[in-house]
Amino acid sequence: MKELVVISGKGGTGKTTLMAAFASLAEKKVLCDADVDAADLHLIMDPKTMERHDFQSGHTAIINPEKCTECGLCRDLCRWSAIDEGYRVDPIACEGCGVCFYFCPEEAIDFPVNTCGEWYRSETRFGPMVHARLGIAEENSGKLVTLVRQEAKKLAEKSHFDLILTDGPPGVGCPVIASLGGASAALIVTEPTVSGKHDMERVAELAAFFKVPAMVCVNKFDLNADASRDIEQFVSGKGLSFLGRIPFDPVFTKAMVQGQTIFEYDSHTEAGEAVRELWECAARVLDL
Amino acid sequence: MIISIASGKGGTGKTTVATNLAIALGQGVQLLDCDVEEPNAHLFIHPEIEKRETISTPVPVVDEGKCTLCGKCGEICQFKAIVVIGNTVLPFHELCHSCGGCVAVCPDDAIREEGRELGIIEVGHRNGLEFVHGKLRVGEAMSPPLIRKVRAFTRQDKITIIDAPPGTSCPVIAAMKDADFVLLVTEPTPFGLYDLKLAVGAARILGIACGLVINRADMGDDQVKAYAESEALPILMEIPFDRRIAEAYSRGELLTETMPEWKGKFLDLYERIKEIIS
Repeated sequence: MKELVVISGKGGTGKTTLMAAFASLAEKKVLCDADVDAADLHLIMDPKTMERHDFQSGHTAIINPEKCTECGLCRDLCRWSAIDEGYRVDPIACEGCGVCFYFCPEEAIDFPVNTCGEWYRSETRFGPMVHARLGIAEENSGKLVTLVRQEAKKLAEKSHFDLILTDGPPGVGCPVIASLGGASAALIVTEPTVSGKHDMERVAELAAFFKVPAMVCVNKFDLNADASRDIEQFVSGKGLSFLGRIPFDPVFTKAMVQGQTIFEYDSHTEAGEAVRELWECAARVLDL
Repeated sequence: MIISIASGKGGTGKTTVATNLAIALGQGVQLLDCDVEEPNAHLFIHPEIEKRETISTPVPVVDEGKCTLCGKCGEICQFKAIVVIGNTVLPFHELCHSCGGCVAVCPDDAIREEGRELGIIEVGHRNGLEFVHGKLRVGEAMSPPLIRKVRAFTRQDKITIIDAPPGTSCPVIAAMKDADFVLLVTEPTPFGLYDLKLAVGAARILGIACGLVINRADMGDDQVKAYAESEALPILMEIPFDRRIAEAYSRGELLTETMPEWKGKFLDLYERIKEIIS
């Protein structure tokens, strides 16, 4: 089983657009959207949901005012200042550590489990897909990422598919770490800007930290050809694979507006050819 | 006054708006870059850094001489960050949320705390503008505690502009909470709109007024405007797609410097936000 995770460090470099294009080129694969707190892949894949499951994780404290004697112990122990003077818990500030619940001498605190999102197993015109929706302002995005990746793997095994294509989140924190562990390779999509390069360097360091081989491609490379060359030099200097470059082309936005992949919108574009070559390169590196 | 600049979707132009707004206003302003996973504002502001500090979070260390292996620490920990295995106690520092539960519950006073490095904070300035950013240590998972440390630099007598991370989960909440206004930067595409709705949801959960900046306003479709109208969200600024803007951004240049006519537009943006808040 191989899993390619598409990440970027910086947001908005084209991860999901590229992933949607790859979905139409790769055969016998499961799609996995691991950007659970701003999931967008479904907007192109138009999935038909086959199964819907609650995602439960973590707890939030609730104080029962009838039992509470306002002794103040919970407020002293809470490191999140989540309990106000009226002995009400701010659910957004509550970390779910359970310290107040454990120590309350009156057993006045309840500590129910949170339902903080949903995950789905779906069918799309490009094959099966596992995706999720984390509730707004919820925690535990890393755990939900781990869950959708596990479910994608189970589904691939059941379908006798050897490939999982995972659309990862931006950044280098908890959800990105959860999306990288155990992946066969990471494709870092960057752009030739000062921030694109800065963020790519950090996420490449993260991939190395977790021993996931990283490949890099530059999207919209012609917006700043010099910066693009700098990125290529950095990539070869670090011993990473440079996979290719894609030109800036409004066709990507036009296709997205129609809910289509770039190939469905227009099968003969220069940008499309670059994406096709990029996929062939990635497939070779993955030995598909 | 605290203005938090967020978006839901990444790459819509949060940093462009935050840095240009901060520079246009200049004196009496502080810019806090709270996108600690991938901070970028410094690449445009080029601040003179005066102070750099390492930020850590407390995690447990067990004194095996005192520990009686009672297992209470493992019982209270919700994050599986400390467990008793056989005749030893194993803390897993990277899983620890620093709640202090194990320290409080230990009957033998066998647990003390030491620091796990979260990252660094740098403080500096550019002319009259105060600049603070956090940089999460690569490999560290938890960004909200570092974001809260950056926000601790907020000064009541200043206009505080926060550059928030993308998404809608805990790091974004940490960067929006207690702001007076959330400025949402979006783009008129299906991805921009879908993630904008989530970000509006986050601002509403926190009970904070919000308004929009539409970037690359002439690409994509009209759906963001239709949504803004239906939700009575004010559109406070539109930035067209212009290759010169994209190229200047790629080089780390500010819009207010490359195209000075934008300075006035950012000052107007601030005036409109001020009107809405009052």
